[in-house]
Amino acid sequence: MLLPPALQARLAGAPGAAEPLPVQRDSAAGAAPFLFSPRPVRFPRDHQFFEDGDVQRHLFLQEVLTQVAEEPEKSRVPEFTCQVAGCCQVFVALEDYQHHYHMLHGNTCSFCNRAFPSGHLLDIHILEWHDSLFQILAQRQDMYQCLVEGCPEKFKTSQDRKDHMVKLHLYPADFRFDKPKTNRGPSSPGAAVELSARPLRDDEEAMEVCSEPAMLTPCRRTYSHRIPSTICFGQGASRGFKRTRKNKHQ
Amino acid sequence: MWSSRLGRPRPLACGVEELRRRRREREAALRKARREQQLVSKRLLREDVPEEAAGEGADAPLGEAEVQQFLRLAQRGTDEKEREKALVSLRRGLQHPDTQQTFIRLEGSMRILVGLLTSNRALLQLEAARCLHELSHSEQSAVAEACLPATSYLLTYLSGHSSDFIELCLYTLGNLIVESEAVRKQLVPQGIIPALAACIQSPHVAVLEALGYALSQLLQAKEAPEKIIPSFLDSTLPQHMLQLMQPGPKLNPGVAVEFAWCLHYIICSQVNNALLITHGALSTLGLLLLDLAGAVQRTDDAGLELLVCPVLRCLSNLLTEVPVEAVGGQMLLRDERIVAALFILLEFFLQKQPSLLPEGLWLLNNLTANSPTFCTSLLSLDLIEPLLQLLPLSNAVSVMVLTVLCNVAEKGPAYCQRLWPGPLLSCLLNILALSDTEVVGQSLELLQLLFLYQPEAAQAFLQQSGLQALERHLEEIQLRDRVHAVQHTALHG
Repeated sequence: MLLPPALQARLAGAPGAAEPLPVQRDSAAGAAPFLFSPRPVRFPRDHQFFEDGDVQRHLFLQEVLTQVAEEPEKSRVPEFTCQVAGCCQVFVALEDYQHHYHMLHGNTCSFCNRAFPSGHLLDIHILEWHDSLFQILAQRQDMYQCLVEGCPEKFKTSQDRKDHMVKLHLYPADFRFDKPKTNRGPSSPGAAVELSARPLRDDEEAMEVCSEPAMLTPCRRTYSHRIPSTICFGQGASRGFKRTRKNKHQ
Repeated sequence: MWSSRLGRPRPLACGVEELRRRRREREAALRKARREQQLVSKRLLREDVPEEAAGEGADAPLGEAEVQQFLRLAQRGTDEKEREKALVSLRRGLQHPDTQQTFIRLEGSMRILVGLLTSNRALLQLEAARCLHELSHSEQSAVAEACLPATSYLLTYLSGHSSDFIELCLYTLGNLIVESEAVRKQLVPQGIIPALAACIQSPHVAVLEALGYALSQLLQAKEAPEKIIPSFLDSTLPQHMLQLMQPGPKLNPGVAVEFAWCLHYIICSQVNNALLITHGALSTLGLLLLDLAGAVQRTDDAGLELLVCPVLRCLSNLLTEVPVEAVGGQMLLRDERIVAALFILLEFFLQKQPSLLPEGLWLLNNLTANSPTFCTSLLSLDLIEPLLQLLPLSNAVSVMVLTVLCNVAEKGPAYCQRLWPGPLLSCLLNILALSDTEVVGQSLELLQLLFLYQPEAAQAFLQQSGLQALERHLEEIQLRDRVHAVQHTALHG
């Protein structure tokens, strides 16, 4: 197809168009037996017209998914230890450490050291477990918010909330991140032993991280220990965070 | 191609000819599936790993006792390394469909896996997620449904910050979504739309690509127009998606491809396209098209048509929904660069993917049908002749080219004066030598308009034995009346 040489320049040029030529129609134009009249065409979802493009799309997806399922390559590094106080996990691959850090130290409650998978759940936890004002307000109004992001419902008790999540949102009744508040304080002290020596019990809180107990002070914390999502784990670095100073949030 | 993942070289167990043969087979299988409206079936989404490609992937299936043992070790083992190794062995076994069946039939197996998925051991968590991912590849909806207890956690983890893990969860969800309506019926009330709306704010390109994949599978579901697209349109996802498709240095092609396909499934479902237009979809897509036409000149990127195709489709369908009074307000519809871009892309299709030419011509039709501006652009940018060069390619292409030319010709004498003198008439005479009824019919429509508004063209037609060329079509019922009428117009003006 031989395109006029000026076309490329036109594409790079300014927006706009030349004044359109005058339109002047004759009534004989669309008369029978002629059928043509100009009209934009619309194709619905499953129209055969889309067959070729759809096939190309799926060929591409096949390649992507096959590669996604492949054994992931890991950047092997000399063995190093997680530097967060009290955590003695050892790693030989940066990707594993990245995941560990985000999951267990990323959204951690500074009061009781429980780790949460998201900032959203951490915020709700702090509110419901560590905020005395919450308890007062909860006596007078519905304060227990639904854990599903986007759902605006609030409830009088955590049990009501659980019922809502099970019935409306089809959540499992034993959803791990909706345990009722226990009277246990922070994780038991002296548990900073080799973590591998402690098998996970089924009744144990899934996301409980056993580390040095937080130094509880009577004053209310208004922030939590949270890593901004833009923290980048430089893939070139061979060692993690070699901080010798104590973590100041504790 | 674009993403680093795709750049990884794969071990070639066979020669190039063999690869080509396999690709042709896959393409044929996909074509068949599409005709049966089964294109979403995941059976076709994962390439069959050939038997002879021995290595880590081709393990024999695991027996029930082995699965049980690995699960027990993973759950209660004392040594961290041992627990991890057990899960890795399980994952490898789960690549085999027989092992998947064995796993789901074993009582309590999914419960244990979910327990590991939600445990505080990060490495076990990752491996458990990979096991789920293997299961999600199954072609049996029973296996997908066995994964239902895990979905609330997969969704919860989308709001986390571990990007590799989120990516894995998204691909797993996407696979599960494809396979089973029961899974989709659970995911929507579990809040998949708000979860994706939160996740789309991630700065990680790989996460966004995975999100686009999962979302495209969700939107492609047969019940999507009623059950899914309305909530999608109510969320903040459309705005975020359009933002991520803005052309510029920050545009990631891999991400744009996924979202463009998402947009296509939404738009062609015709739920509420007016909303998308108010979010600026037309201008975003138009600017993107201009950008792509520019890119085509700069690189020889073979994958560009994967993005061009859905963008063209979205634009074409959206154009049918711009109300007449709003046409003037759409900058896109007064910018002839879009026509220039389209022709550059048509040329690109001609070289790389001729089967997509009809889609490009479809957009050209929708642009020119009711637009004196764009019909004038075709003339002033000298694009009639390149258009005519496409005529011999196929009957489908011929019909569309002739339709576009009719769009121009029907606007009146000022337009027809620019169509002839020129190569148009001899092309039409050539077409009359063909026998395809639809092609000849459309050429008769064009001849009628041309003779009506440019009588000198009729004279030339007669001098070049046009009447005789028409004669042979008198036998065809669908053409007879129009042949007579054209003959009459040519002779009597």
